[in-house]
Amino acid sequence: MKHAIQVRGLTKLYSGVEAVAGIDLEIEHGEVFAILGPNGAGKSTTVEILEGYRKRDSGEVSVLGADPGRPTRQWRSRIGIVLQTNADAPELTVREIMRLYATYYPDSRDPDEVIEMVGLTESAGKRIRQLSGGQRRRVDVALGVVGRPQLLFLDEPTTGFDPESRRRFWDLISGLAHGGTTIVLTTHYLEEAETLADRVAVISRGKIVAEGDPSTLGGRATAKARVTWADGSIETDTPTETVLELSQRFDGEIPELAVTRPSLEDIYLRLIEPS
Amino acid sequence: MAEAVETTHAPPAAVTSAPMPSIVTVSLARAAAETKMFFREKDAVVFTFAFPIILLVLFGSIFAGELEGTGVTVSQLYTAGLIGAGVMGAGFQNLGIGIATERQDGTLKRLAGTPMPPSAYFVGKVLVVLLIAVLEVAILLAIGVTLYDLDLPSEASRWLTFAWVFVLGVSGSALLGIAASSLPRSAKSAAAVISMPFVVLQFVSGVFIPFTAMPQWLMNIASVFPLKWMCQGFRSVFLGDGGAALEAAKSYELDRVALVLAAWLIGGVVLCLTTFRWKSRRDG
Repeated sequence: MKHAIQVRGLTKLYSGVEAVAGIDLEIEHGEVFAILGPNGAGKSTTVEILEGYRKRDSGEVSVLGADPGRPTRQWRSRIGIVLQTNADAPELTVREIMRLYATYYPDSRDPDEVIEMVGLTESAGKRIRQLSGGQRRRVDVALGVVGRPQLLFLDEPTTGFDPESRRRFWDLISGLAHGGTTIVLTTHYLEEAETLADRVAVISRGKIVAEGDPSTLGGRATAKARVTWADGSIETDTPTETVLELSQRFDGEIPELAVTRPSLEDIYLRLIEPS
Repeated sequence: MAEAVETTHAPPAAVTSAPMPSIVTVSLARAAAETKMFFREKDAVVFTFAFPIILLVLFGSIFAGELEGTGVTVSQLYTAGLIGAGVMGAGFQNLGIGIATERQDGTLKRLAGTPMPPSAYFVGKVLVVLLIAVLEVAILLAIGVTLYDLDLPSEASRWLTFAWVFVLGVSGSALLGIAASSLPRSAKSAAAVISMPFVVLQFVSGVFIPFTAMPQWLMNIASVFPLKWMCQGFRSVFLGDGGAALEAAKSYELDRVALVLAAWLIGGVVLCLTTFRWKSRRDG
C-alpha cells in the first residue's frame, strides 16, 4: 500500500448536480494534508466519502488499502474521525467517556494518557457539560485518537477558538503528526493550513483547482512582490532594487516601507474566484 | 503509480493483530455508561421514571372505592395500569426521545465512525430500559402494597405470567421507541412528537379510565396497540380471578396478550432494521 489515501475520478451527485466532479488525490503515510475550499465546494462530501459516511457515485477510492464504501470494524479501528459538531454525553465525565470509547478498539491508548496528551488532566473528573468550548473540542480530539488511529480526519477543528487556544491546539496536532499519524484536515483558516499542513489542496465547485506545498501554492513563491511606502506602491520582480532606489530618493529611511508577497489567503481567494 | 485502487490490497505490516473487542464487552460498557447518563439527567428521570409514581400516589389517593361485587379496589386497578404505563414509558418514551436527541447532537454519527458494533448500542439501550423498568415496577408495587392494600400474588404461575408480560412488554416498547426516534424532525420536537401519542395511548388503553368505559370504536383502536394488552396482562397478575369480570371479554385472554405482544416485538425488530438512521435528516 503505497499511499494512505488514493482517489481517482471521484464523483458524487446530489439530485442531478455534481457536488464532487472528478477528484484525484494522493495522500502519503505520515503526511498532514489540508483540504481548503468555500462552503458548498464539495469539501465535506469528499471527506465524508473518505471517512466511510457517504457512498460515492463513481471513481476509485482506497483509504488505508480498503474501500471506505464498505467499512468494516477492522478498518474503522484504524481511522479516527473528529467531526464538526459534537455535543454528546454531557452527563459523563471526561474520564468516563474516554474509557467507554477505549472499549471499542482492539489496541486503544490508555485513556488517562490521552487525557494528559490533550491537556485535560485537571478536568478529567468534570462532566462534559461543565467544559468550555475549547475543552470540549479537545475531548473530541481525544476520542478521535484513543483508538491509536493510523489516519486521523479533523473537520474544521478550531472553529470558534480564541487565538491562544488555537495555538495550543496546533501544538497538539503537530505532536500527533510527529508521532507518525497521517492527518487529513479541513479548515477555513488559511493560517492553520499553512502552520500544520505539508501539502494543501483547494477544492472549488467540486474540483481540485490547486494542490501543493502551502508556501509555493498557486505560484506564490515566484509571484511579484509588492513594495509600498508613504505615497506609493508598486508590484515588482526586483523588490530589492526598488527599495534601494527609494532609499536614495528619500535619502535614508523610507517612510512606512513594507515589502509583501501574496499571502496564502490572497492566493486562495484568487483560486476560488468565479472565473 | 501502477498500483490499482482496489479493496483486495494486503493490509500494511503496521496493522495490529489484536482481536476486536467482543460484542458482550462493548454492550456491557455501553449499558453502564447509559445508566449513568440516564440517572444524571434529572429531567429524564422525572419525566420517565417519577411520572407514573406520582400519578399512582395521586390517583390512588383520589379514588379510594371498591368495584362492586369484585373485591377489587380502584387503586389496585391503577397500580396494575400504571405498571403497564411505566414499563412502556421506560422503553418507548425514554428511547424515542433519547435517541432522537442523540441523532441530532451528533452522538450517533460519532459512534458510526468508530468500530463499535451497532448491535452493542441497541443491547446497551435495552439493558438500561430493563433496569429502569424493574426499578419502576418495584417502586410502584411497594406503593401499591403499603398504601393501597395491593395483594402480591402467592402462586408461582402468576409470577410466571408477570415475567413474560414484563419481558415481552419491555422489549417491544424499547424496539418501538428506537423505531419512533426517527420520526421527530429535531431533538426539540421529540418530547412532543413522542409523548403526545403515548399520553393518548395511556388514556385509551385502560391505564386511567377502565377500558370498558370507552366507546367500542376507541376500544377497537386501542386493541391494535400493545399497551392495552400489557395492562390486561398485569391486571391478571395483580387483580386475580375476581377482576376478570371487569374485562371486556370477561376473561384476561392471556393467549391473545401473548400473541399481540409477540407480534409487536417482531414488528419492532423489522421497523428498527429497516428505518434506523445514524445521521440526522439535516445531515442527509
